[in-house]
Amino acid sequence: MTAPILELRDLDVFYGPIQALKKVSMHIVEGETVSLIGANGAGKSTLLMSIFGQPRAASGQIIYRGTDITRKSSHYIASNGIAQSPEGRRVFPDMTVEENLMMGTIPIGDKYADQDMQRMYELFPRLKERRNQRAMTMSGGEQQMLAIARALMSRPKLLLLDEPSLGLAPIVVKQIFATLRELAQTGMTIFLVEQNANHALKLSDRAYVMVNGQIRMTGTGQELLVNEEVRNAYLGGH
Amino acid sequence: MSAAKSSGIDIKRSLLETLVAGFLALIVFGPVVGVVLDGYSFNAEPRRVAWLVGGVMLGRFVLSLYLQSGVGQRMLQGFDSGGSGVHVLAPDYKSRLRWIIPALIVIAIVFPIFANKYLLTVVILGLIYVLLGLGLNIVVGLAGLLDLGYVAFYAIGAYGLALGYQYLGLGFWTVLPLAAIAAALAGCILGFPVLRMHGDYLAIVTLGFGEIIRLVLNNWLSFTGGPNGMPAPSPTLFGLEFGRRAKDGGVPFHEFFGIDYNPNLKFLFIYIVLFLVVLAVLYIKHRLTRMPVGRAWEALREDEIACRSMGLNHVLVKLSAFTLGASTAGLAGVFFATYQGFVNPSSFTFFESALILAIVVLGGMGSTVGVVIAAFVLTVAPELLRSFSEYRVLLFGVLMVLMMIWRPRGLIRISRSGVVPRKGVAP
Repeated sequence: MTAPILELRDLDVFYGPIQALKKVSMHIVEGETVSLIGANGAGKSTLLMSIFGQPRAASGQIIYRGTDITRKSSHYIASNGIAQSPEGRRVFPDMTVEENLMMGTIPIGDKYADQDMQRMYELFPRLKERRNQRAMTMSGGEQQMLAIARALMSRPKLLLLDEPSLGLAPIVVKQIFATLRELAQTGMTIFLVEQNANHALKLSDRAYVMVNGQIRMTGTGQELLVNEEVRNAYLGGH
Repeated sequence: MSAAKSSGIDIKRSLLETLVAGFLALIVFGPVVGVVLDGYSFNAEPRRVAWLVGGVMLGRFVLSLYLQSGVGQRMLQGFDSGGSGVHVLAPDYKSRLRWIIPALIVIAIVFPIFANKYLLTVVILGLIYVLLGLGLNIVVGLAGLLDLGYVAFYAIGAYGLALGYQYLGLGFWTVLPLAAIAAALAGCILGFPVLRMHGDYLAIVTLGFGEIIRLVLNNWLSFTGGPNGMPAPSPTLFGLEFGRRAKDGGVPFHEFFGIDYNPNLKFLFIYIVLFLVVLAVLYIKHRLTRMPVGRAWEALREDEIACRSMGLNHVLVKLSAFTLGASTAGLAGVFFATYQGFVNPSSFTFFESALILAIVVLGGMGSTVGVVIAAFVLTVAPELLRSFSEYRVLLFGVLMVLMMIWRPRGLIRISRSGVVPRKGVAP
């Protein structure tokens, strides 16, 4: 097995006196799509944010491509190959689509900006139609596409997606996951945090199930899809 | 829809609006104007109230009729079309400013020939506020950090000149860069504790900072002279002084060139230097907004979390905004001190901060041109309306209310040119 691109070892994270993550260990290998599913408040987003040191892990290690990034500052991590599409999209409302995409190139400078923007427009044709429109005037789905495209503009080694299906119509969710599948086939390493377990598991090579700040189960996407417990808890049990 | 409506003038509606306005005017003016204290008793003055209410009603009626006419309708629509947010221009947009800026520079060069001393001082004051507005515009308009203690940096610049002259014998030219640096440092010092704050909390802390500086200046009698203030030196040109007689063995400007003494020369010189500094600051600001750091400020204003997820160091972004804003105020302070020839703490009250903030808000958050216009409107207009000086604050209030109705985004909305279209991207 090749060395993982990102590895978490026995991570403990606290919000004041409350322990949000308990001895979480997981790894992501280059080129795979891994998802993390769980109920509200299980600690999924906390896990994603603690990779960036917000909140900082109390104990344990985060190893990214052989270096320990547990104590590194957020902007260092964000500008060294890990891109994130934050929860709730967080596009820059007063900037146009193109300007938002340009903001995504901050970590690497704009030398690839032209060709990458072109690539994003191929991946998300909707964005091309809207390229001179301000982000706040777009629909939720378009904003989500923009957030993902913006994260991709920094040519990341690892793409972290926090709930890309949040608040979107089922058909739009389907579109976004189709694009993510396309993206995964190009060899992008994707770490997906999702509540929509059905879509997430179908897309992923492997998945982790998180309950109350602990990893309860792990397996390939297919295994978990047919797993009785997962089906009852997250897939509506039918 | 509105075009169809505007064909007929609705007199009934106008009369109704007039009555409502008259009623409101009665409530407002009745107690204020109608009751005049006379010793321990009072006299009712119904006639004065009647005149005022009548005036308001007549004005409202005329306004109502005018707004229903075709011209007025068009005017209303013009105000409404503003929309919200930043106006993103087409990438190849050629600004009309290309013509306006050279024209303004020519006017600025010709202006001193016709101006008398009074006009010159008014314009200098206007330019000082342009500097202050531009500096605060970086902090409030671009980075979105509400700073109510901005006047503190202005005070640091002004007192920098006065104290430097008093204790170290520094002149105008030495202090000019030093004051900018000192104010920038103060901006940094203020920036650190407020990094984690947003909105209201930030405003309160900065307000406190402004008051601390003023109170220190006011109470440290042995060092700053307290409320008595301190003298500040006049500027010099290569060691030539602009006074009638040179101090400390220097040579006065007029003697060196063998011309008659002219008391305006000092102000003329300040005007020229200040104008060049304003031009330089305008240019630097213009470039900054197009540089990554300018975009980073705007990103910070729009969404801090997204900004950080892009790998931007929000500490640096905030501190750079505070620092640059503060250093501009420091420059303005030096000019203020040398122009007045005297500084004391009463020039740096909260009202000044509010005035500078009003300039930024009136001009349009983040808009450079708007801030320049607003700075002149808010400093020159009170001078022109000297005889109404008691109503100055009232006029401010009226202006702000009108702004909220018609120009909620400021006189000139912030706009920036879009990204240049790239090869291979078909429209």
